[in-house]
Amino acid sequence: MKLTGAQIICESFAKEGVEVIFGFPGGSLLPFYDTLPQYPQLRHILVRHEQGAAHAADGYARASGRAGVCCATSGPGATNLVTGIANAYLDSSPVIALTGQVARPFIGKDAFQEIDITGITLPITKHNYVVMSAAEMAGVIKEAFHIATTGRPGPVLIDVPRDVFVEEAEYHYPARVDLPGYKPVIRGHSAQIKKAARLINESRRPVIISGRGVVISRAYEELRELAEKAQIPVITTLLGISSFPENHMLSLGMLGMHGMAHANKAVNEADLVIAVGMRFDDRATAKVSAFAPKARIIHVDIDPAEIGKNVRVDVPIVGDARDVLRDLNKEVVTLSRVEWISQMDEWRGCHMAAAIRDGEDLIPQYVIHSICEVTQGNSIIVTGVGQHQMWSAQCFCYKKPNTLISSGGLGTMGFELPAAIGAKVGCPDETVWCVAGDGGFQMTIQELATITQERTAVKIAIINNGYLGMVRQWQELFYGRRYVATPLSSPDFVKIAEAYGIAAVRVRTRLEVVPAIQKAMEHDGPFLIDFVVEPEENVYPMVPPGAALADLIEAPRTQLVAPGSDRVSE
Amino acid sequence: MTSDKHILVALVANKPGVLNRVASLFRRRGFNIESITVGHTEKEGISRMTIVVNGDPATVEQVRKQLDKVIDVVKVHDITQDSVVDRELALIKVKTTSTNRSEIIQIVDIFRANIVDVAADSLIVEVTGDEDKLNSLFRLLSSFGIREIARTGRLAMTRGVPPG
Ligand SMILES: Cc1cc2nc3c(=O)[nH]c(=O)nc-3n(C[C@H](O)[C@H](O)[C@H](O)COP(=O)(O)OP(=O)(O)OC[C@H]3O[C@@H](n4cnc5c(N)ncnc54)[C@H](O)[C@@H]3O)c2cc1C
Ligand SMILES: Cc1ncc(C[n+]2csc(CCOP(=O)(O)OP(=O)(O)O)c2C)c(N)n1
Ligand SMILES: [Mg+2]
Repeated sequence: MKLTGAQIICESFAKEGVEVIFGFPGGSLLPFYDTLPQYPQLRHILVRHEQGAAHAADGYARASGRAGVCCATSGPGATNLVTGIANAYLDSSPVIALTGQVARPFIGKDAFQEIDITGITLPITKHNYVVMSAAEMAGVIKEAFHIATTGRPGPVLIDVPRDVFVEEAEYHYPARVDLPGYKPVIRGHSAQIKKAARLINESRRPVIISGRGVVISRAYEELRELAEKAQIPVITTLLGISSFPENHMLSLGMLGMHGMAHANKAVNEADLVIAVGMRFDDRATAKVSAFAPKARIIHVDIDPAEIGKNVRVDVPIVGDARDVLRDLNKEVVTLSRVEWISQMDEWRGCHMAAAIRDGEDLIPQYVIHSICEVTQGNSIIVTGVGQHQMWSAQCFCYKKPNTLISSGGLGTMGFELPAAIGAKVGCPDETVWCVAGDGGFQMTIQELATITQERTAVKIAIINNGYLGMVRQWQELFYGRRYVATPLSSPDFVKIAEAYGIAAVRVRTRLEVVPAIQKAMEHDGPFLIDFVVEPEENVYPMVPPGAALADLIEAPRTQLVAPGSDRVSE
Repeated sequence: MTSDKHILVALVANKPGVLNRVASLFRRRGFNIESITVGHTEKEGISRMTIVVNGDPATVEQVRKQLDKVIDVVKVHDITQDSVVDRELALIKVKTTSTNRSEIIQIVDIFRANIVDVAADSLIVEVTGDEDKLNSLFRLLSSFGIREIARTGRLAMTRGVPPG
């Protein structure tokens, strides 16, 4: 069967189970767009900026566990994708980016809207391609999906010259890929697993640090079995949140720069760290030379290059988290570790995440906590970057797997809205709350139009503190309270929402919070709440830059809550 | 930690941009390459890169793993510890006068190098060997005045059974 390059792409996408493409058209993509109506199974969602397409595909991928697809035209369309691709790369998200390119005879001539997008994205993609003939197309797409979704997932870009979209070739979708240089290791080495089990069985003060790799491999059950069987407290990274139920007796919450005090303390005191699917990012470890000073380290990761990259490792295990944990659980003995666990309980005070300060003032923590209460934790939370992101991590009790979607590695403001769209499209039956900063929201605010056009029922909570809050916090603490370029004036978000055809309310007091959230939940369709919160609230605990996990700053005494808070250091 | 020279051999798919991918990786991660050579192998579609890098063992291990992650890189070996034959070829253009030409020719003979071009006031020496040999020859010839040097960078191969 002879098909055009564009038809081959669509056929192949359909074979890969693609159901939606987030995109924005342009000259070099015209032949592709002209072909789309022949494939009604491929829904196209028109974004308002290509960055939004990449973030939406990323949000879709994280929420659904399937590859997310975005497309953009040559030149500015392609470069607009770059931030979104980089974001997907740093958080190992399987995104396929299709870009148009100028026709083959024009390549290398600085033709209109020609840009070397494969060159630009070389360091931020897992792999990329320029497809120089329609005959190669099917093979490239097969490979691209395979590479994006297996091993350590990541974005793959496919650049297609305009004339290749219309060139005809025999269509045959390959059954398998032939990539001699790409063979991810799934099963852990049995001798290493035995070694790890021995360390675990001998350890008196072990902790598990669970990362995004556990979410990616859906190793929830296996992780839980290990924790329960061997009675090991579980700490997560930011991106590992929701890999373990936070209402579980053994959950200690997040570690790191804004981690729970007791989690950081536990890492500091542990004699064994079992790190699973996490990459020892500096935000998680703080000062790396002082990280887990008393512990031996077992590191389970599917990417061999992550092992030994940032910290010394005693037992490396390369493999898929789920496979490795399954094998490990067979070797680990049942233990009670009463002393260590009660130590944990003591540090933790009571058994819940960050406590919320009492009072009249509308503090952001209360907003996040209330979203959790009203939804009973049954919501996917998609955040931007900054203070509201940290409060989303600290004050929501994540009980269901894979319910926090956040930009961790790149820390991209503006991720929240388009990623929430992607998450909702990927999981239409789930409630999706976009928790936005007033700063970040304005970076991709145009996607409100996408929400309206596509009737995507995303609920939006803007944490409106009138500042680029996270940066302001640093200025307050480390730059003599000189607020340079962080005070932020914003438009009337309620009117903005209404102008886009989205129902909205503003909330200024605590009393209004829960009713507003309930109203949003009852509303059929998208809903926006502008929470005007305490402007100078800070995120605590905080490990100052350059300091060790153990040296964290607690909230100032005036801010501390009654007994039951996560206060640790005296 | 000790910073040492390591020889890595990478077998790579002979696809457009593969050298770019490898070079970009070295630049981005701040790895220090001393030399890199690329050429065809006995297998169609597979090229061989010989890369000489400087770094402590942990850094070089990262280099090896990061290289291995490049999809078009099929295999990477650190053959530093192996028993290897390593060779480099250099062309050296030396200034000459009628009085010192025979002295140069003597030196070239001792090094089993060849004279491959002779002009009125210079000649080109071609030499193959390991790093020490090349460096000794450069040192000796520099007293006559060296106009130009072109070096290929190192090639290396494990003796006996090739790395699996
Ligand atoms: C403002 C701000 C503050 C932050 N503060 C903190 C903080 O306090 N604490 C914190 O932890 N983070 C914080 N972060 C996030 C931080 O920057 C990192 O993004 C995060 O720590 C990375 O978590 P991770 O290692 O679990 O996930 P990733 O970076 O996604 O790494 C996942 C790891 O899992 C591996 N993997 C993938 N698939 C599998 C599989 N199937 N099996 C096994 N392994 C697999 C990958 O190879 C990789 O090594 C902050 C970010 C921002 C923007
Ligand atoms: C695109 C981008 N630009 C700049 C930054 C640096 N930065 C990190 S947090 C932050 C403030 C975010 O402000 P806002 O969205 O209002 O969230 P808040 O911290 O107030 O909750 C800034 C500017 C960033 N992470 N991303
Ligand atoms: Mg703000």
